[in-house]
Amino acid sequence: LRLIHTSTAVQRKNVGASGPEKYTEAFIKKQIEEFNLGKRHLANMMGEDPETFTQEDIDRAIAYLFPSGLFDKQARPMMKHPTEIFPEQRKIQWGEDGRPFHFLFYTGKQSYYSLMHETYEKLLRAQKYQDQLIAQGLPLQKEKRNLAGSRWLTKIELEEMLLEKVSDNDYSRFIQLLQKLVALPCNDIEEKYIQKFSKEVPVQMQKVLIEPLQHDERGVAFSTGEGRRKTASATAIVYDNGTGKMTVNGKDILHYFPVLQDREQLLFPFQFLDRIGKHDTVCTVSGGGRSAQAGAIRLACAKALRSFVTEKEVEFMRQAGLLTVDPRVKERKKPGQEGARRKFTWKKR
Amino acid sequence: DDKLLTEPLNHPDFFNVKELFTLKDLFDARVHLGHKKGCRHRFMEPYIFGCRLDQDIIDLDQTMQHLQLALNFTAHIAYRKGIILFISRKRQFCHLVESTARDCGEYAHTRFWQGGLLTNAHIQFGAGVRLPDLIVFLSSLNNVFQPHVAIRDAAKMNIPTVGVVDTNCNPTLITYPIPGNDDSPSAMELYCKLFRMTIIRAKDKRRQDEAVEEMR
Repeated sequence: LRLIHTSTAVQRKNVGASGPEKYTEAFIKKQIEEFNLGKRHLANMMGEDPETFTQEDIDRAIAYLFPSGLFDKQARPMMKHPTEIFPEQRKIQWGEDGRPFHFLFYTGKQSYYSLMHETYEKLLRAQKYQDQLIAQGLPLQKEKRNLAGSRWLTKIELEEMLLEKVSDNDYSRFIQLLQKLVALPCNDIEEKYIQKFSKEVPVQMQKVLIEPLQHDERGVAFSTGEGRRKTASATAIVYDNGTGKMTVNGKDILHYFPVLQDREQLLFPFQFLDRIGKHDTVCTVSGGGRSAQAGAIRLACAKALRSFVTEKEVEFMRQAGLLTVDPRVKERKKPGQEGARRKFTWKKR
Repeated sequence: DDKLLTEPLNHPDFFNVKELFTLKDLFDARVHLGHKKGCRHRFMEPYIFGCRLDQDIIDLDQTMQHLQLALNFTAHIAYRKGIILFISRKRQFCHLVESTARDCGEYAHTRFWQGGLLTNAHIQFGAGVRLPDLIVFLSSLNNVFQPHVAIRDAAKMNIPTVGVVDTNCNPTLITYPIPGNDDSPSAMELYCKLFRMTIIRAKDKRRQDEAVEEMR
C-alpha cells in the first residue's frame, strides 16, 4: 500500500488580499440600533432621562464608568454614533442589470475624473463668457480675489470628499486647473463652485491682549502678571510711583534671595526699560528651587510691565526674550542608563 | 422577447444609419485628410485614395461603407442594451468625448489607462463587474503614438471594437475599423454626433418595441 500524504490544514483565506473590511448596510443599521439601545441603558444607569441624553452626557458617563489613564484620547473607551466610527465607504457601483451608475466608472477613479470634467466645463464656460464680453467691447471686471485669506483643500481633505485615493500628481493637476479657473477675470458665475474647494485660513497672529492698568483705593496704578519656570510659579503686582522696593512672599528680596545672580534676574525687566527706581513690586512664589523662582518672578514682572509701556517697547521686550516662557524642564531618566543622558560605564570585557 | 432580438438581425440596415451622413458631410468635416507619407502605416495602404504633396488622402467611398457597417453594429449593440465604452487619448477632445458618452447614457474613458482595467477587472473593481460589450475608439493611438493598450486587451477579452483609424494606425486588431481623420476638431465632432444619434435612435427603438410587445 502506498502511503498517501494527507494534511489537516484548512485553506486559509488571504486576509490581506481582500482589502479593507467592507461594512454592509445591514451591519451598519444593526450597529445604529445597538447604539441607540445602549444609549438608553446608559441613561437609565446614570439616573438621567433617556429621551434627552446628548452625546456630551454619553462621553461624561463613559469617562465616569470607565476611567482610563491612557494618554492617547483615541485609545480610551468611547461610545459614539456608528457613522462616526465606521468610515464612509463606497457601495456597489452597478445596478441589477450590471450597468454601472457613473459614466466614468471604467476609468477606475470615477469621482476624481468627474471632478476634473466638471471643473474643465466651468473653465470653458468662463472662457466663452470672456469672449462674449470682448466681442461686446465691455471692459473686463478686475476684481482681485482675496487670495491671502484662503487656501485650497489639502490632499487628505480631497480624499475625504471624493471617498477614494488621490495620488500626488492627480492632486497637483487639480490644483493647477483650479488656479487656471481663478486666473480668468470673469468668473463670478463660478464663484460658488470654487468656494467648495477653498478654505478660510484663520488669522495666525493671535494678538495677545495687554490688560489695561488698574487703580487701587489710593489711586495708584498697578498691574499683575504670572510666570512659570521649571516647577516654580509666581504672581507679581507692579505698582506705579514707587521707590524700587520688591517684596517676595512677605520678605524683602535681600533676605529671600541672598545670591546676587537671582536679584539681577529680578531687576532685568526694569533695567531693560530704564524704570529701576519707579515701580514697587509685591510677589508671591511657590515651588521650584532658588533659580527657578527667580526666573518665574522675572517673567511675571515683565508681563505686568507690558501694561505700563508702549507697543514698540513690548516688541523690544519680546525680542530680548523677557516675555518668552522658558520651556526647559528636567528630562526624565531612561531605563538602561544612569541618568537622562549619562550611560553606564562601558566595560570592554 | 426572442422575436425582439432576432427581428432586427434579418435586415441589413434595420436602423437606417445610411441617412445620417453623406459623402459631402465627410468631406466638409475634413475626414479624408491623413498624415504625411512618412507616417503611413503599411496596413492602411488599401484604405488610402492617394497622396498629394506628401499628404495621404483617405478613400471616402471605403470610409462610407466602413462607417455604415460600424454604426449599424453599434446600433444593434445599443438595441440589445449592451455597454459601450468610448476611448480617446487625444487631450483636445477629452471633454467632447466624455460629454457625448454622458448624453448617450454610455461610458467613456479618456484618461490614463491603468494596466489591468479589462484583464484584471475582478480584482480592480469588485467581484460581479460587467465588462463593456463594445469599445469605440475615437482615436486609436495614445499620447506616445503607440497603439492603445485597450485594442489588445479587448481582443484578449473577446470584446468587439469599432475604431477610427488614421493613416498612422494599425487597423488589424479592430473588428470594425473606420479609416478617417482623427485629428481635426470638425471630424471628431462629426463622429461624436453620428455615434450619439445612432445610440439614441437604437435605444428609442428598443423602448418602442418593448412597449409594443407589452401591449400585445
